[in-house]
Amino acid sequence: MTHIVVDPVTRIEGHLRIEAEVENGSVTNAWSSSTMFRGIELILEGRDPRDAWAFTQRICGVCTTVHAIASIRAVENAIGAVPPPNARVLRNLIIAAQCVQDHVVHFYHLHALDWVDVVSALSADPAETASLAQSISDWHNSSASYFTAVKARLKGFVDRGQLGPFANAYWGHSAYKLPPAANLMAVAHYLEALDWQREFIKLHAILGGKNPHLQSFLVGGMATPVDPSSQSALNIHTIAALKSLIASAKDFVRRVYIPDLLAVASFYKDWAGYGAGVGNYLVYGEYPLTDGKDAPLYLPSGVIRDRNLGKIEKLDTSKITEQVKHSWYTYGKGDDEALHPSLGETKPSYTGPTPPYERLDTSAKYSWLKSPRYDGQPMEVGPLARMLVAYGSGHAQVKALVDGALGKLGVGPEALFSTLGRVAARGLETALLADKMGDWVDELAENMGRGELRIHDNEKWDPSTWPEQAIGAGFHEAPRGALGHWVSIWRGKIARYQCIVPSTWNAGPRDAKEAPGPYESALLGTPVADPEQPIEILRTVHSFDPCMACGVHVVDRAGAELAKVKVR
Amino acid sequence: MRRTTPDLRRELEARGVTRRDFIGFCAGVAALLGLPKSAGAAIASAIEHKLKPSIVWLEFQDCAGNTESFLRASKPTAADVLLDLLSVDYHETIMAAAGARAEAALEAVRATAAGQYLVVVEGSIPTGANGAYCTIGGRSALQIAEHLCKDALAVIAVGTCAAFGGLPAAAPNPTGALSVEEAVPGIKTLINLPACPVNAENLTAVLVYFLTYNRWPALDRYHRPLFAYGKSIHDACERRAHFDAGQYVEAWGDQGHRDGFCLYKVGCKGPATFQNCPNIGWNENTNWPIGCGHPCIGCAEPQFWDRMTPFYQHLDGVPGFNAATHIDRVGLYATGAVAAAFAGHGLVQITKRAAARHKAKVEAAKAEATAPAPAPEPEPAPAPAPAPEPVATTDKDGES
Repeated sequence: MTHIVVDPVTRIEGHLRIEAEVENGSVTNAWSSSTMFRGIELILEGRDPRDAWAFTQRICGVCTTVHAIASIRAVENAIGAVPPPNARVLRNLIIAAQCVQDHVVHFYHLHALDWVDVVSALSADPAETASLAQSISDWHNSSASYFTAVKARLKGFVDRGQLGPFANAYWGHSAYKLPPAANLMAVAHYLEALDWQREFIKLHAILGGKNPHLQSFLVGGMATPVDPSSQSALNIHTIAALKSLIASAKDFVRRVYIPDLLAVASFYKDWAGYGAGVGNYLVYGEYPLTDGKDAPLYLPSGVIRDRNLGKIEKLDTSKITEQVKHSWYTYGKGDDEALHPSLGETKPSYTGPTPPYERLDTSAKYSWLKSPRYDGQPMEVGPLARMLVAYGSGHAQVKALVDGALGKLGVGPEALFSTLGRVAARGLETALLADKMGDWVDELAENMGRGELRIHDNEKWDPSTWPEQAIGAGFHEAPRGALGHWVSIWRGKIARYQCIVPSTWNAGPRDAKEAPGPYESALLGTPVADPEQPIEILRTVHSFDPCMACGVHVVDRAGAELAKVKVR
Repeated sequence: MRRTTPDLRRELEARGVTRRDFIGFCAGVAALLGLPKSAGAAIASAIEHKLKPSIVWLEFQDCAGNTESFLRASKPTAADVLLDLLSVDYHETIMAAAGARAEAALEAVRATAAGQYLVVVEGSIPTGANGAYCTIGGRSALQIAEHLCKDALAVIAVGTCAAFGGLPAAAPNPTGALSVEEAVPGIKTLINLPACPVNAENLTAVLVYFLTYNRWPALDRYHRPLFAYGKSIHDACERRAHFDAGQYVEAWGDQGHRDGFCLYKVGCKGPATFQNCPNIGWNENTNWPIGCGHPCIGCAEPQFWDRMTPFYQHLDGVPGFNAATHIDRVGLYATGAVAAAFAGHGLVQITKRAAARHKAKVEAAKAEATAPAPAPEPEPAPAPAPAPEPVATTDKDGES
């Protein structure tokens, strides 16, 4: 048996450590540890709840909208503010754009190098690459001369002897299956996607002032004025700009991302047999289509257990709990307890080794993440969960997309429960949202046309209009999955703040019953050809799109004793 | 790892970047830095003929927002920097290698390029729990920072967390988070690029300046480049005329808000914030926060999470807004309040070696700002700021 440590896991957001045992060429045991902690909830205590979105937004700069959205929804839920239609539409656009951009960046820049051998691309024949590219898509950048130039750029880079971010990787590993022509095509699209994401995210700058960390959120609405008669507000020019950006996204996703995804997947179909994980899926749902409470959602909420797509359970958020038996926290009534976030306790208590260290004692506490559970069970969240719940709920567009992709790859729905299924679901969701965004732009334009210019519920802005005590929860589907914020307000100030975050669901450690979390579970059975070069472990972990800074943030008043160091 | 002589120009041409595009980019950098037009040619020449310096990007208590911002850089783009301008030998979010091999790449830089490599730090550095609040490869952030920053040619702290402690250091600072300067004293050359996140164009401008002149732009006493942090947002704000005219947003979505009036009354911290957002904007100057109708939250300032909050409360010391009467005084009150808020920090003081000419102007601005509030007599609101100072000509013996 070989014990493997992968730390840092790179090409993710934040700090993740994987320890695994490998026997006879496959993973027999795995532990996921988050190694960074900030304490943002404690920082929030006593502050103005209308400011909270900006604080929580900084939990993550990759999914840079998600904690702002969940936060304003939680506070609105607590104080009873109802954002007007324009605010809902603007938020939907911002959320969808985040998802589309983030998924593309994940595929090309965070995940592709697990499947694409950059060095192999150097031996590609550009003419062969061109015919491959033209056979899968009518994307314009597909000539032999184009790929010749890309190859020359890559060769020039390699010849300089400074490989920079591509140094020391597992190039030439036997697990890389793409022919050189496909590798060169993927490298070309890696670079194109880098340019594309920069352009597309200008949609966020238009609606949020800047990206990362958009700045147009408000409890009760949005700060972006809407007025077709003003040059200082969202107007008809904005509508045109949004439409053009969305058209470019549809184009890139349909003609580059999806064809690449299917092409790459066709060489790695064996990965439809690895990485399934816990087989339970949880979705809060997203994209309200009308205003106010219980609005219908474009992507439905629901729970799937044991991969049973025939039974989509209704979500009951009161069944959510967090456990800390293997987390660096303690609970007042014992660490085997399971607490709902509204009653959650978070007393940090680091019992791991003093750095620098080689190994974690995984029989004890070993992560800064807690273990969230639904009805006592671990749940996977994210694009795969969303696509499965929508598929099982009979969502027409999702069904068409999923069935189309399965047909092209010649595999059945069971292939979805895998590392490859996770990668595919992310791409299909991107296509779905790129198609849908235009509807919200139309809705915004229609609102403008009939003089509906409201962007904010001013009635609840002044804290003197709030009850002495107010409690609320905000739910959101972030690119990486189900996100919940719970807030308690006392006399206009935050008394308590709790988040349960997608990467906490997916990357959390074992629970009190020693049941592994989704990463840990998904890694079981993953083949590892060479323990010195565990690229297969990266494939499955990256398929979840880890976002570790999101996962770790909790601390309560008891943590204050640790703050011995001076405050500036 | 050692280099062969590159021919960047030919590489750029091979991928369709024309000479004209390239010179245009260099001229743009020169303008951003406040350099004379002729400097564009010097920048072009330097970039074309320089070897690629090694750079390592360390992420500690971060959100990767500065990394994402870097990916939005336009001229040069992130791809240009990654492939052509610098050798980015370690960056966890981007690099292909993982685990031990990633760490080996980091150690290789330190071993082979000691004293020659650049370090970018993103995120604060926790000191609580013996460093266990942030470990990478089993080492604490502090251990890694000390290991790498002291032998670096220069350290660039990107974002407010690395520059000033930022969010993790906000009260009550649960993890004992420190800025780079506090955590690793004695760094030879430290450049702070605060803002949440850093504006990518400021980062690339600093890098290109270094590649061109082999020294760093003039810095203030907080190690911030003057070209980007020498002027308040308020002074360069496109809505400044509305401030001076007493035209304010009163409620979100009201007529004034739709007409682009001043956001001061709803909490804008532009008068207390020193950064070049109004000049260069965000995302290739597509927009900026005030441009989308939201107040500045002061994200480039030290301790802004504590000093600039509540975000929607207007700056202290402004006794009511009555546009019909003492509107001139408002600007004075505002800047007075700012000065009070930052008195302990000696904001906008220039390093002693910065050019006297520049210093005199900034000191004058500061003197204006420190006028007691309320002022005995209404004075005109501060005049529009002078054109950017040609910083490069003033730093012959600058910080570097």
